[in-house]
Amino acid sequence: MSAALATFRGNMRTVRGAMPSWAWGAVLIALAILYPYITDNINLPILGGHDDLLDASIQTLGYIIMALGLNIVVGMAGLLDLGYVAFYAIGAFVIGWLGSQQFPDINNSKGIHFLVQSKSAISHQPIPGIHINFFFVIFIAAAFTAIWGIILGAPTLRLRGDYLAIVTLAFGEIVPRIFENSQSGFFGIGSIDFSNGRQGITPIDKINFPWTTDTFKYPLELKPAYWVALGMVFFTIFINRRLRDSRLGRAWIAVREDEVAAAAMGVNLVRTKLMAYAIGAAFGGFAGVFLGTYNNTVNVDQFEFGFSVFILCMVIIGGMGNISGVILGAIFLSLVNRDLLPQLNTYPEKIGLNFDVTSINFGIFGFLLLVMMVLRPEGFLPSTRRKLELHESELEDEVVAGGAMEPQLYEVRHE
Amino acid sequence: MEAASIPEQQPEPEARTPRRSPGAYVWDNILPFLLGAFLLYFLVHDFNRSFDDLKTGLSNGTIWALIALGYTLVYGIIELINFAHGEVFMIGSFVSVSVWQALGLTDTTAAGVGILCIIAVLPIAMLASGSLNVMIERVAYRPLRNAPKLAPLITAIGMSFILQNVGLLWRPTPDSAPDLIRSQANYFTVFNTGIEHSDVFAVVVTVPLLVALLWFVGRTKYGKAMRATAQDMDAARLMGINVDRTISLTFALGGMLAGAAGLIYALYNGVIKFNQGFTAGLIAFTAAVMGGIGNLKGAVVGGLIIGVIQALSDDYAQPVWTPAIVFAILILVMVFRPQGLFGEETREG
Repeated sequence: MSAALATFRGNMRTVRGAMPSWAWGAVLIALAILYPYITDNINLPILGGHDDLLDASIQTLGYIIMALGLNIVVGMAGLLDLGYVAFYAIGAFVIGWLGSQQFPDINNSKGIHFLVQSKSAISHQPIPGIHINFFFVIFIAAAFTAIWGIILGAPTLRLRGDYLAIVTLAFGEIVPRIFENSQSGFFGIGSIDFSNGRQGITPIDKINFPWTTDTFKYPLELKPAYWVALGMVFFTIFINRRLRDSRLGRAWIAVREDEVAAAAMGVNLVRTKLMAYAIGAAFGGFAGVFLGTYNNTVNVDQFEFGFSVFILCMVIIGGMGNISGVILGAIFLSLVNRDLLPQLNTYPEKIGLNFDVTSINFGIFGFLLLVMMVLRPEGFLPSTRRKLELHESELEDEVVAGGAMEPQLYEVRHE
Repeated sequence: MEAASIPEQQPEPEARTPRRSPGAYVWDNILPFLLGAFLLYFLVHDFNRSFDDLKTGLSNGTIWALIALGYTLVYGIIELINFAHGEVFMIGSFVSVSVWQALGLTDTTAAGVGILCIIAVLPIAMLASGSLNVMIERVAYRPLRNAPKLAPLITAIGMSFILQNVGLLWRPTPDSAPDLIRSQANYFTVFNTGIEHSDVFAVVVTVPLLVALLWFVGRTKYGKAMRATAQDMDAARLMGINVDRTISLTFALGGMLAGAAGLIYALYNGVIKFNQGFTAGLIAFTAAVMGGIGNLKGAVVGGLIIGVIQALSDDYAQPVWTPAIVFAILILVMVFRPQGLFGEETREG
């Protein structure tokens, strides 16, 4: 078995060595760009029709951005964030406010428009509400969520790791409740409706490029939305890679491995953690804007604790701290959630039970989390460094066990 | 962090501490001051209404106290937030109601039979929840005892989701418990406030359990082993204490209290549902933090305080805001007063 595995690994290495790594990267990018044309031609029964597949892929791209954002917090800086959904919610509500008719009375009901279609095509009346071009809103939302990340992080990052997890969890629970109950002003102050309560904000403006007012038509024509999402993913990957290799990235790894040692080496703990928190949050908002407009609705039901765990699961299954691992984890879990679980629906009946497999999807993710953490905490595609850290205690045991046998390499002085 | 369940016994001579300014004294006791001031304000504002809330809050708080004790016990001994604890509580509710339904009890069952059945089912629910909690520790936490802190926290979340979905498969829709204690009926009236059967029931079940727990932890050999393990696991092992078994015992105790809480909750609220554990767990955790995590007395007091805060917020603000208010208190206490009412400093970094 292990011999076969070794041969397989050797073969893989030969295949990988056939081209330089930049060429592989180029091939992957080209494949990703041409992917919509590929899906046009496959029609697998398990994955639904090709439009369905492309729709699933676009959602997945949104999840990849969020998983990469959470990876900065959990994987790189080693802070457990259980309230990541709060940043998704904030980002989605930013597009809800800046790209819909949520505030009809603004500017004497004429609305505010910025690089979008300002008059209705049918009645030639100004469209009420605030409407800002999508490509500006994503950066506004990223900045806004980053500020919220700092507001939450600044007081809490002094806490121990597990306390931090709970505080973020509580934050993730509070934010949707505040949005849900802000039908007449925030905290019941004032009378402006911020969220439409449980109904949520709908419809949301479609994406359009800044140089034209023609919007995308994505429930019908999915390809342009796919490419926009793909561009956002590339942007996210680029930032992630640059951050990982930067001074800040090294500081994150140092803090994760040993806080005390990092502080002793002159790493500013609070600022380093805060940066991880803010940047991670910004990507949550970034993806939230896209998913908000793509799903055409911003609704508090989307922002449940389970979603935070769903994203966390992607990061952990893929491999904490490893960018390609996290991307694979996100793709894998989205596929499981959307395509595999409905397929499994026939099985409970066969063993005499009657339930809907999709309704227990979070139980299945919980099980995956548990099994993963116990058996292979570094994930399927680990970063080498993280793997060593997570198996540190075992390695230490080996060293201790073998230590007595080895000759002493240096003199021990007893004083 | 210092050990949990140890009754504080350091005789700190008062004379040796230097004189402190009144400001520092107020700051050291800011939490009780603030809470007392709030309560006083509400009582002065509208006595009858607030007193009714106080009563509801205290009796409801006994449930949170029982759950919070489980958090505090476990945190005290292995410094882990047992995320799945809320779900253990939920399973306790489900087991009790299932047994009652299997026995064919309804709302009209005679009071004597009902009480007999409650007494009979209480050990069953406690045993079920206790053994479930031990199993959770075996599967999810023990393999990771030497792993980084993050790892058992993540398995805890996984476990919590698994159990919640077990509950979902067991009872997909909210279910009502048979009203064995005529919970809405008044026993007697104090200051125009009716004390209901449910209030009395909650207190009558909780108090003996609390006394028993304090006795167990403080007076028995096993309790001593627990305290020793909490203080220093390695030293305890050297002294011949079976650490693994002691930890299992702690989980069993916490689970049993959660099971009892589940039974009380089912009768007190009348409705059980599969996701009751998540919110209850968070609320109880807030209570444990409020009292100072790792401190048994603190967990009880914290539970009662959170119960009262909830009742006041349900009444004076709208119920929709109550979870947000409780979680905001959790964040505020954790940030500004991580040691809670009775706990010790746990801040790092």
